[in-house]
Amino acid sequence: MGAALAALMTTAPALAGTADDLKLPREHVDLVAPPFVHPHEQATKAGPKIVEFKLTVQEKEVVIDDAGTKMWAMTYNGSMPGPMMVVHEGDYVELTLVNPETNTMPHNIDLHAATGGLGGGALTNVNPGEQTVLRFKATRPGVFIYHCAPEGMIPWHVVSGMHGTLMVLPRDGLKDENGKPLHYDKVFYIGENDLYVPRDENGKYKTYDSVAESYSDTMDVMRKLIPSHVVFEGKVGALTGKNALTAKVGETILFVHSEANRDTRPHIIGGHGDYVWETGKFNNPPERDLETWFVRGGSAGAALYTFREPGVYAYVDHNLIEAVELGATAHIKVEGKWNDDLMKQISPPGPIPPAKLGAADPVAVTR
Amino acid sequence: MLWLMKVKTAMLAGALTAPVLTAALAPSPPAHSPDGAIRLTPVTFTYRAAGDFSRGGRPVEGPLRKLRLPADLLVMKRQVTVAEYGRCVDEGVCPRVAASSGALDAPVVGVSWHDASAYAAWISHKTGVTYRLPTDEEWTFVAAEKARDEALPLIDPADPAQAWIARYEAESSRARPSTTTPQPGGTFGTNSKGLDDLAGNVWEWTDSCFVRTSLDEKKETVTNVNCGVRVVEGAHRTYMTDFIRDPKSGGCSQGVPPANLGFRLVVELSPSVVASTVRGIAKLLRGT
Repeated sequence: MGAALAALMTTAPALAGTADDLKLPREHVDLVAPPFVHPHEQATKAGPKIVEFKLTVQEKEVVIDDAGTKMWAMTYNGSMPGPMMVVHEGDYVELTLVNPETNTMPHNIDLHAATGGLGGGALTNVNPGEQTVLRFKATRPGVFIYHCAPEGMIPWHVVSGMHGTLMVLPRDGLKDENGKPLHYDKVFYIGENDLYVPRDENGKYKTYDSVAESYSDTMDVMRKLIPSHVVFEGKVGALTGKNALTAKVGETILFVHSEANRDTRPHIIGGHGDYVWETGKFNNPPERDLETWFVRGGSAGAALYTFREPGVYAYVDHNLIEAVELGATAHIKVEGKWNDDLMKQISPPGPIPPAKLGAADPVAVTR
Repeated sequence: MLWLMKVKTAMLAGALTAPVLTAALAPSPPAHSPDGAIRLTPVTFTYRAAGDFSRGGRPVEGPLRKLRLPADLLVMKRQVTVAEYGRCVDEGVCPRVAASSGALDAPVVGVSWHDASAYAAWISHKTGVTYRLPTDEEWTFVAAEKARDEALPLIDPADPAQAWIARYEAESSRARPSTTTPQPGGTFGTNSKGLDDLAGNVWEWTDSCFVRTSLDEKKETVTNVNCGVRVVEGAHRTYMTDFIRDPKSGGCSQGVPPANLGFRLVVELSPSVVASTVRGIAKLLRGT
């Protein structure tokens, strides 16, 4: 009896794991760490398929700034945020979530793109040494957050790095407000993290021997709601200097920006959002010509921009305190030919010319 | 672009600068004596003029000059330490700054130009010997082979982007100090003039102001002097708003900022020497 039950239990997951009830073509996708995204079609004529992804949870100590500040991160596939997954509307996502034995904590995944089951969170709780496979249908086009949601510890796991984005493209691709197709040359996936590193009595950042030991102090900092760092891709300077992004004049970039926990306001210094899905959902027409867009905590937004002038652009969270002091800055080096029509330095900085005697009062001139 | 922002900040802050030193001081035993200083006799050295230079409205490198100080220079062998600065703080003259490493023999860091100037005034009053921050010319002379002439690409107004990107890359590729924690005096070695720790992980304030100069024909015209921004020297030269204690990059700028701000002082040998130094440097500047 006992042996029979054990046999039944070991065979059952194998049966549930083969989702060939759908009789659809399958595609396995190897994920790529942010800010980049795995190769994908922008529009497709093919019918729906099952797209297989695998996320492996890694708990590890990471360095988050130039001063060498360390924190215990919890990650999907080792990066903060986790990798972006791309499918088309109507596709099925078949996600394998692995929690290796080397980890210490149970994890799961709540995908905002999924319907039911707490976004998958209720069906994907895996202890160290376990894995699970979840399938869901991508019914709504847009960029959607996914994040860890273990009972009682959701915010801690999220601000420790466990979030990412799933992009569900319309089958016929992105469109402007008149239904005209839009294309991009590259996707830059900017994942923003607000981090809460505890300090000791002298104001120095503390380190811990394990993720569990960091829990209580980190929660104390989190409850005050003031992050110690606000960063892109998990680290101050992850996208600046030698790590700066690159583009060319005339290239169109789709900037996808996610923040799983807290509001943010992307802005390209010297640029714009040509087409912006501020709420990130592609059934809504994009807004045009935005200066700054608002990405609500717990959502991802998308902005399409074609670079027109070469130089160095700063892509920031336009809470500038967070951008400059806390780290939320990326740089894009754009090569190309300077366009004087868009901008020209008429007179370099120099002395203020003396006022001309008898010059007309500027107020009088305008009257 | 980094320094442009700084200049702008400094202009705003110019009105805020206030002298720190006010109280009359009771004399007490000197905390620091010229004994710890090294006397250097003038030799000719090469100096890249600091500041912003243009010719015909186009940015150009600062001129490279042959200079010779008009008289001997007495300069501290080491940077001012935590212990030395601490005495000035204890007497209520120097502003208290955030303790860095706590090691008393490490250079004091996290000091602004105002803090450094306050210390110079205090130690001068204590000792009856006139201490001051070096000029950028003097610093370059004493640093000798440790002084670095870093030619960054200049932003051409006709096509700002090319040089801008090149400059960004040059600044991004600067080596970071292996540690930013201030180290005990002598850690970064002694230079050919017998001075310690030049171009280590502590940059030094100079007394030189940020100057914008236009070079046209054979004449050079200083079009702007901003003493809210001072020249800072170390592993690379930079310009820093005078009230900054903790330099950083960020926002639109990139590159490795000075790891720490500290200082060393020179001694005025006598009033006549001062006058001749000033005259001499002015003459040299005019002459080239």
